[in-house]
Amino acid sequence: MSVQVLSGQLLLGLINGAFYALLSLGLAVIFGVLGIINFAHGAFYMVGAFAAWGLATYLDIGYWPALVLVPLALGLAGMGVERLMLKRLAGLDPLYGLLATFGLALVLEGTFRQVYGSSGQPYPVPEALQGGVNLGFMFLPLYRGWVVAASIVVCLATWLAIERTALGARLRAATERPDMAQALGLNVPLLVTVTFGVAVALAAFAGVMAAPVYQANPLMGSNLIIVVFAVVVIGGMGSLSGAILSGYGLGLAEGLTKVFYPPAANIVVFVIMALVLLVRPAGLFGRVN
Amino acid sequence: MRLSPLTSLTLVALALLLAAPWVVYPAFLMKALCFALFAAAFNLLLGYAGLLSFGHAAFFGGAAYVTAHAAKVWGWPPELAILGGTLAAAALGLAMGALAIRRQGIYFAMTTLALAQMLFFLFLQAPFTGGEDGIQGVPQGRLLGLIDLGQPTDAYYAVLAIAALGHLALYRIVHSPFGQVLKAVRDNEARARSLGYEVDRYKLTAFVLSATLAGLAGGTKALVFQIATLTDVQWQMSGEVVLMTLLGGIGTVAGPAVGAFLSVGLESALATSGLPVPAVIGAVFIACVLVFRRGLVGEIGARLKIRL
Repeated sequence: MSVQVLSGQLLLGLINGAFYALLSLGLAVIFGVLGIINFAHGAFYMVGAFAAWGLATYLDIGYWPALVLVPLALGLAGMGVERLMLKRLAGLDPLYGLLATFGLALVLEGTFRQVYGSSGQPYPVPEALQGGVNLGFMFLPLYRGWVVAASIVVCLATWLAIERTALGARLRAATERPDMAQALGLNVPLLVTVTFGVAVALAAFAGVMAAPVYQANPLMGSNLIIVVFAVVVIGGMGSLSGAILSGYGLGLAEGLTKVFYPPAANIVVFVIMALVLLVRPAGLFGRVN
Repeated sequence: MRLSPLTSLTLVALALLLAAPWVVYPAFLMKALCFALFAAAFNLLLGYAGLLSFGHAAFFGGAAYVTAHAAKVWGWPPELAILGGTLAAAALGLAMGALAIRRQGIYFAMTTLALAQMLFFLFLQAPFTGGEDGIQGVPQGRLLGLIDLGQPTDAYYAVLAIAALGHLALYRIVHSPFGQVLKAVRDNEARARSLGYEVDRYKLTAFVLSATLAGLAGGTKALVFQIATLTDVQWQMSGEVVLMTLLGGIGTVAGPAVGAFLSVGLESALATSGLPVPAVIGAVFIACVLVFRRGLVGEIGARLKIRL
């Protein structure tokens, strides 16, 4: 096997891993503050890709503005979802949150499917990132390099913001003891709403970045979110760094499988999940609750 | 003799269902009955053990594939083909359940969904399932050598008998000592454990029973409709059975069947409307979760203060 093939597949794996990491990080953040699993996270990612495509097609707004505008807009929409829907489910069994967001995912996916069918809408790679560089052992398309780099930066920034800043400390306080944090003067409901919005913005950001790689396709979200669920079960949602690391790790594992045994590539994450459940039921980075 | 509300309602429902093929299309009724059994089997897990499985399509669709393959390729008679599908679902339930019960709550739901998706990809690639085409033109044959499943009315009564037996079995399970322990586990797992019950065993048994009956529903569906496809194993199918149960009433005996009839009816009414069916179903889902969590039967039962 040539080094080119191996490194090419590893890069593809790393790109998949970048999306797994961005989405599982968002899921972990939401789980932290709301205690629910957001099934609609994949749908927000899909809407993000479509929003970028729509901005370019109807308003002639390019990739770079979209990369900022789309997460902002969808983040706001996410806050609306939290206020109108999820807030009403607070205090109930978290399964209801899963079911409500599942319904939301069906609504979003069903609507886009009705309008755009099941085929993808092509989205061009931005001009500045067309072409590639020869690294000697492999050819690196610039856009793919950008996706990996940008996702790492965004994941790290989110992690730092939550684990290392004063605002993050407040958020963690509100997560651990909402009543106590509220008594000390923190606006906990606002904090929760904003956090949910930020997590949705992360998914939308991933969606915009995915548009030039995978096209904007109504089904892209549900295909991704189920794999991300497996990633989250493997990593455990107890730690944010765990969610990020397992995202990239499993993307790489998928890439490697594509090199050595292609038919198993789309089930390898699930197989790893089954193995982890057998050996370490709490997940690789999880705490037993 | 005084009949309980549930018994008298069951008798009325049975009488209606016996007369139904003169009024309603048998194909619609058979579909609704298969889904009623599927949803009731699912409800054993969610309603009585408190476990939300998001992967029940694996058992429904898995059994459909096995039944269809056995009847078409191996030439098995219908009763054996259905039995084969049901047992395959039971085995699958044992494997998936053993893994999934290692995690609780929301992780359990995600684990079942992921395992079912793995199975979906396996069925997509396996040579015997026919990929995107599925297994079509499954021979119907004669059930027990007597009932011609090619005759819609005869097939309908056969499906009615299977669904009724399945519901009876579920009713007995729920109201047995085993069912009582299951409810104890649902309401307070730690306490049940401290009382000496091996909680994991009860959960796994419930999972396997639920998978088995879901498989019975899937195998029956594959035979009477002569087809097993990827639709039966897709995650949307797992979601649909959750909706049926929620719509009818989680943890009620009659709810899942009522929910299945409502949901199948809604879908066939929407089929010609041009509206996006999944989006409407999603909206119903949200509405149910937000304002109608007890479901139709649960709500009526709570208003009239009776157990349904």
